[in-house]
Amino acid sequence: MNYLEHIGKYFLMLKQVFKRPQRGKVFREVLFREIEDLGLKSLGIIMFIAFFIGGVVAIQTALSVDSPFIPKYLIGFATKRSMILEFGPTFTSVILAGKVGSYIASSIGTMRVTEQIDALEVMGVNSLNYLVLPKIIATIFFYPLLGLIAMFLGIFGGWAAGVLTDLFYSVDYIDGIRLEFDPFYIQYALIKIVVFAFVIATIPAYHGYYVKGGSLEVGRASTQAVVWTSVTIITLNYFLTQMLLG
Amino acid sequence: MIEVTNLHKSFGDAHILKGLTTTFEKGKTNLIIGQSGSGKTVFLKCLLGLHDHDEGTISFDGRISSDLSIEEKRQLRTEIGMVFQGSALYDFLSVEDNVMFPLKMFTKQPHDEMLHRVNEVLDRVNLTGSNAKFPAELSGGMKKRVAIARAIVMNPKYLFCDEPNSGLDPHTATVIDNLIQEITKEYEMITIVNSHDMNSVMEIGEKIVFLKDGHKEWEGTNKEMVVTDNESIVNFVYSSNLFKKVREIYLKESKL
Repeated sequence: MNYLEHIGKYFLMLKQVFKRPQRGKVFREVLFREIEDLGLKSLGIIMFIAFFIGGVVAIQTALSVDSPFIPKYLIGFATKRSMILEFGPTFTSVILAGKVGSYIASSIGTMRVTEQIDALEVMGVNSLNYLVLPKIIATIFFYPLLGLIAMFLGIFGGWAAGVLTDLFYSVDYIDGIRLEFDPFYIQYALIKIVVFAFVIATIPAYHGYYVKGGSLEVGRASTQAVVWTSVTIITLNYFLTQMLLG
Repeated sequence: MIEVTNLHKSFGDAHILKGLTTTFEKGKTNLIIGQSGSGKTVFLKCLLGLHDHDEGTISFDGRISSDLSIEEKRQLRTEIGMVFQGSALYDFLSVEDNVMFPLKMFTKQPHDEMLHRVNEVLDRVNLTGSNAKFPAELSGGMKKRVAIARAIVMNPKYLFCDEPNSGLDPHTATVIDNLIQEITKEYEMITIVNSHDMNSVMEIGEKIVFLKDGHKEWEGTNKEMVVTDNESIVNFVYSSNLFKKVREIYLKESKL
């Protein structure tokens, strides 16, 4: 199957996904389960990575600006910009593409090869709507929160690294964070996260839903899902940046 | 009654079903048998609407499936119960939630009423008290029984079973066969079983449709199957020496 066919099939899938849920109560139950599986269970790893990456960015910046003519507050400024513009939305989304993307593709793929999706269809349930829509809603509403937490912890991690290593003063770092704060950058980051959240929920779902074969093919679909989700995120990141900041 | 007329189905160049015509009656356990690749699963999936057929008609008590609107098809599907080969229980739901799932999706009953119905069907399949267990904690036979409970919880008019005995020991297989036959009578359903298991065929086959290369090669009851001289069916059913001897003895005794 060529790329155009896959793209067409993906959009046809979305047409089935965006239909009114057959039972609101069942939809809510599944939605809360997905918020836990796709969101809350990713909180720990995102917090851990954000804190340490923030620290690393601050240390690397501090080591790079050893000239007395460059003000030290630039360390805080650079860390804040990196965390808000790229780490919070993009890096976090790529991590989630690996963690959550493989989970979505393999869980839906396993349901396909064990006939659980056929069982839904035979009952008259719109399986795409039942399985994928709650994932999209859960990721779109929860991942911006994850992104904001990642931004905050990254900046905090930078401050903690400076204080612990004595590479810069706390007051300089805080001055840097406050310098030229533009709320639009937060909006820009949130827009990117929402778009990436949609990609993280739907591309792996597509790979899982249309898998054919057995457990080996489910594994392959899971790998392909992570690769294509990451590629799409990186590509969209470029275009969104060009559109929103360019 | 389910009436199938001149059913054709192809996948690309492969012509799988070649003009099948047969009927399945209410209150009877109907079996579809045939060698691997004979088109049994495709036939079952066409009946279920999982595959669209290319030609011919399938009529469910006068309702021709291909003429139904989406809403009518959805209604028809709520009248169908299905037991899959691998049970197809939802891994993330408990036994109770698996069985309750169709009720939650398609009825507006209060929770207590649904729970009462779930317990009723779990009792019927001898799984009383297994509500809180998850599919991973169940044996193969128990999974099949939960699948049967889920299939009958909506009081279906039509029950489809794909290889219900695969992977089960002979005793459990007989228990499942008997259960299917009993609930077919109790619920006055049309039951269609896709099977390889000759024991099932002889035990519960009130009507047997034998498929060969996408054609209906033979149809009749289990008793007629013993005495038939159709070469294809004799070679398929009595392929083992033991079955051949049993048949010879049966035929001798019937002549006496």
